[in-house]
Amino acid sequence: MKSWEEIRQDFPILNVKINGKPLIYLDSAASSQKPVQVLQSYCGFCEQRYANVHRGIHTLGESATSDYEAARETVAKFVHAPTKDGLIFTRGTTESINLVARSYGHKFIKHGQAIVLTPMEHHANLIPWQLVAKAVGAELRFWPMQEDGTLDFEKGRKLLDNSVAMLCFTHISNVLGTVNPVREMIELAHQVGAKVLVDGAQAVPHMPVDLTELDADFYAFSGHKMLGPTGIGVLWGRPEVLNDMDPFLTGGEMIREVWLDHATWNEIPYKFEAGTPAIAEAVSMAAAARYLTEIGMERVHEHGRGLAKQAYARLSEIEDLTVYGPSEERGALATFNIEGIHPHDIAAILDGDGVAIRAGHHCAQPLMRWLGVAATARASFYIYNSESDIDVLVEAIRTTKKVLQHA
Amino acid sequence: MPELYSEILLDHYHLPRNKGELPGETLSVEGANPLCGDEITLHLKFEGDVLLNVTFTGKGCAISLASSSMLTEILMGKTITEIQEWIERFKEFIREGKAPDGVDLGDLAALAGIAKLPVRVKCATLPWSTMKEAISRYKGT
Repeated sequence: MKSWEEIRQDFPILNVKINGKPLIYLDSAASSQKPVQVLQSYCGFCEQRYANVHRGIHTLGESATSDYEAARETVAKFVHAPTKDGLIFTRGTTESINLVARSYGHKFIKHGQAIVLTPMEHHANLIPWQLVAKAVGAELRFWPMQEDGTLDFEKGRKLLDNSVAMLCFTHISNVLGTVNPVREMIELAHQVGAKVLVDGAQAVPHMPVDLTELDADFYAFSGHKMLGPTGIGVLWGRPEVLNDMDPFLTGGEMIREVWLDHATWNEIPYKFEAGTPAIAEAVSMAAAARYLTEIGMERVHEHGRGLAKQAYARLSEIEDLTVYGPSEERGALATFNIEGIHPHDIAAILDGDGVAIRAGHHCAQPLMRWLGVAATARASFYIYNSESDIDVLVEAIRTTKKVLQHA
Repeated sequence: MPELYSEILLDHYHLPRNKGELPGETLSVEGANPLCGDEITLHLKFEGDVLLNVTFTGKGCAISLASSSMLTEILMGKTITEIQEWIERFKEFIREGKAPDGVDLGDLAALAGIAKLPVRVKCATLPWSTMKEAISRYKGT
């Protein structure tokens, strides 16, 4: 079993100096760094086995197609999908959700029905539904939150009546770190006949996800947050639902037969993969899934939980610093503010110490309003972070306070 | 410590010049960077072509607050033509990262590093674009 120190050594970027200091990368919730195994997978595929997929009869056409389809199987197994046929490669979580909003929402959500969301959604799981609601005349409802940033289960379940067509929510909040009770929420929604979409962008990289057990109708996640490349992500959809949906993007690959005035659609998942897909990216996303599987997702989960818990405790000790979200059972991140100091200044001064954090609204402006702030600072953790990174973070925050807090 | 957070900049941040309301102001203009949450209001008192007094209120990051403080020091007592020249100088300075030939920028020179930080440029620029808006509103009255 690889030690955490050995794991760190798999990430070449950790050798880069930032302003003369060792890099402490605490922005994995925005995008994760890549281990050498993923980088080699990308290069190796392009150097030896690359061509377009599902077209060429030549040798490379065959090797690329077989690697691409093997990647689908690997990623499907990684999230324990009931079948790989429902696993569509997209550009990322954002595209996955837009696909469902456009191809399912516009067709099946009717005037007067409701779409239930939460106030902690990333803009990517909010705006597509605003557009669907506007287009079809549906109502948007929001599952209320409690003071600590967890969902109010009792109030929320009352929103779920027979008029609800869809429930869409995030598995783990990218700001609060709240881990939502996905299984229970899906069950409640299914009881009233609603479909469920889960935004798994912050969950799949950090914890074991079992799509067979969760029973979501749609589940979306990205490659670049789980050690894979950008430009690749996944929509898993229940095959019988996907079969009833219209295509999203149209063009090559997604067709069966084309005439001058009409066309018929390919079977799933190809019906939703128009054009040349991100082939090498899919292959290396699968390499990332294998890398994580080798470490063990239980172990990855424990590591992230441990760091988040420690960060929450250590940051909470700092005077005038507020940490947002629940104190127990949180995702691998800590979002905070220091009274009287703008988060952009915190991030800029931390950068001087080689510490990379995110500052801003984290694509969750309604949640910022709920918190009563314009922006926040966020430190997020992954397998290449250690407790000593939190020491450096805390020390850098103390420096920031000294420099910027008014006497 | 990042170069940008120099002693001069921090001095303007901790001890802002001309911060507060301006009784008897001719007009006030608000500028905002909604994505950062920076909100700066300039309060101006004109007599004809001359900016007799200028103050600022609002909240923001150290860069936008220090830049506002510097602006009030530089533009106090200037004519509209001179203010317009300063706005152009400031723009060139931020774009090039150095003072235009033959111009002494005074404390503003402390913002030189911002040219290399595209994300922070809008923080430094906020009071200056607000000033530009103020001039066009004043001239329109």
